[in-house]
Amino acid sequence: MSAPVTSPDAGALRQGGTIDVEQFSFWYGKTQALFDIDLAIAPREVTALIGPSGCGKSTFLRSINRLNELIPGARRTGVIRLDGEDIYQKGMDVVTLRQRVGMVFQRWNPFPKSIYDNVAYGPRINARPRPADLDVIVESSLRRAALWDEVKDRLGASALALSGGQQQRLCIARALANDPEVLLLDEPASALDPIATQKVEELVYELKRELTIVIVTHNLQQAARISDRTAFFYLGKLIEVGGTQRLFTSPSEERTEAYITGRFG
Amino acid sequence: MTFPSPDSTPPRPSTPEARAFPTISLGLPSTAATRQGPARRMPSIEGSVLADRIYRLALLFFALCVPALLLLIFIEVGRAGWPALHEFGFRFLTSSTWDPVKGDFGAAPAIVGTLLTSFIALVIATPLALGAAIFLSEFSPSWLRQPVSFFIDLLAAVPSVVYGLWAVFFLLPLMRTGVMPFLRDTLHLGATPFFSGPAYGPSVLSAGMILAIMILPYIAAVSREVLLAVPRAQREAALALGATRWEAITGAVIPYARTGILGGVILGLGRALGETMAVTMVIGNRHEISASLFAPGYTMASLIANEFSEATTDIHISALMAVGFVLFVITLVVNGIARWMVSRMGAEVHA
Repeated sequence: MSAPVTSPDAGALRQGGTIDVEQFSFWYGKTQALFDIDLAIAPREVTALIGPSGCGKSTFLRSINRLNELIPGARRTGVIRLDGEDIYQKGMDVVTLRQRVGMVFQRWNPFPKSIYDNVAYGPRINARPRPADLDVIVESSLRRAALWDEVKDRLGASALALSGGQQQRLCIARALANDPEVLLLDEPASALDPIATQKVEELVYELKRELTIVIVTHNLQQAARISDRTAFFYLGKLIEVGGTQRLFTSPSEERTEAYITGRFG
Repeated sequence: MTFPSPDSTPPRPSTPEARAFPTISLGLPSTAATRQGPARRMPSIEGSVLADRIYRLALLFFALCVPALLLLIFIEVGRAGWPALHEFGFRFLTSSTWDPVKGDFGAAPAIVGTLLTSFIALVIATPLALGAAIFLSEFSPSWLRQPVSFFIDLLAAVPSVVYGLWAVFFLLPLMRTGVMPFLRDTLHLGATPFFSGPAYGPSVLSAGMILAIMILPYIAAVSREVLLAVPRAQREAALALGATRWEAITGAVIPYARTGILGGVILGLGRALGETMAVTMVIGNRHEISASLFAPGYTMASLIANEFSEATTDIHISALMAVGFVLFVITLVVNGIARWMVSRMGAEVHA
């Protein structure tokens, strides 16, 4: 479904999806939410953002697709680069950016439309493919989100008739239909039961072969299970970032250790 | 109405052990136990059950009052109009003759006028109201939203006779000298039968215009509230998929809110169908069906308002009551259809 792959390595579908963050700060009105974040996110890896509530993880995530700037009084300094290109520079098309950087929210939010129309929403407004091509995109997106077998016989049914876990995977499929380079997940499984959570986690594990994934999670076990790198945020500052295994077994910062051992947060 | 669940009343001690319990634990003589223990509490439980029943019946009575009142009006108006309906039969709905002297009555022009003016009002008001609601809920800076919303709400509070006066002194001259010549000559719509003929001012079109202004605040206020109630997650979902603001509104926000918006339109339609005073002042009150919207016409409500005080013969009064009955039925049917559309749309969305 995606653009023709030129790379001989079948595993690495694409080269894009590198995110570089330099001295990024963010304010809601007078309240500063993020302080001088420096972070490099590698392609085809899962980066988990952990930290207590209100520490700025979600704010940071929503800065990567510029969804935060819709809030009145929001402003920022610093640079976020996607594949070397400053996403906040003048002339950056935010619509194109959001096609390249997909997002899935904590509370699943399918449109009150059919399953098919939900997945087709992005392609219809962006690439505007022919109907036959759209069918292919919808099917492959649902397959990538591991939902195809469950819904293939009722694509015309309302998305709201699906279970919570299915609706969340539908939202992932909807984001994938735009063929993004980066997928942002904002606590995608926090409202799901354990089985649905496991399905989402397996999905993340599968998808990281194709794209860059940044996931905000409150669930430390989840971060440990599915992420390659983990970044610990506290009070709007990035305290520590490193390989997940290293960070969870031998954190170099005292506050990180206190958080992951459950002394606060 | 919902009835209180059985759990809400405290369970009665049913087993012998439960009843005997206080006697044993306190070691009191059995006479005291029967006075203090469950035996004394039981009447109060029964009392609360009785109170529940009275409360429920009282509420049921209040709830049934509304449909009963509606039924009463229906029967009474129908009964009063029956002589005319019986005498003229189906012709009452199709005939254009309205001759109180000869006692020959047909309400077709008023029926057509009511439906036509309401339709014109909806066609003009809906896009304007929806545009205002979209601006207020999606684009307006917050300092502007409050005052503009206030003025729209205020528009709904203006008495209809004031609208009528304003229409007579402002809208009708404007129609006569500006709008009608523009439609007829500049846009060459005069070639069609609908916009031809002399521009007097008082006309079906003018009545539709004033009705549009009167129902606009209802549609705008309801649509604004409904649009504001659309979850932020729906907007963000569309925006995060690369939709522009406009695409997010047309593709995600409005479809989510369309049931409620339709509800607002129905509210406006209901008002337009029954509106009397302002329409009477601008429609021209002529009992004739004309293809041209520039021609004067009549509505059922203004017909009743105009003639009821002057009606002397029994058949004339009965004919006016019959017009009221027809208006009542048409309003019910239109509302019924609209409500059915809303529920079907809602079922489709939330199935």
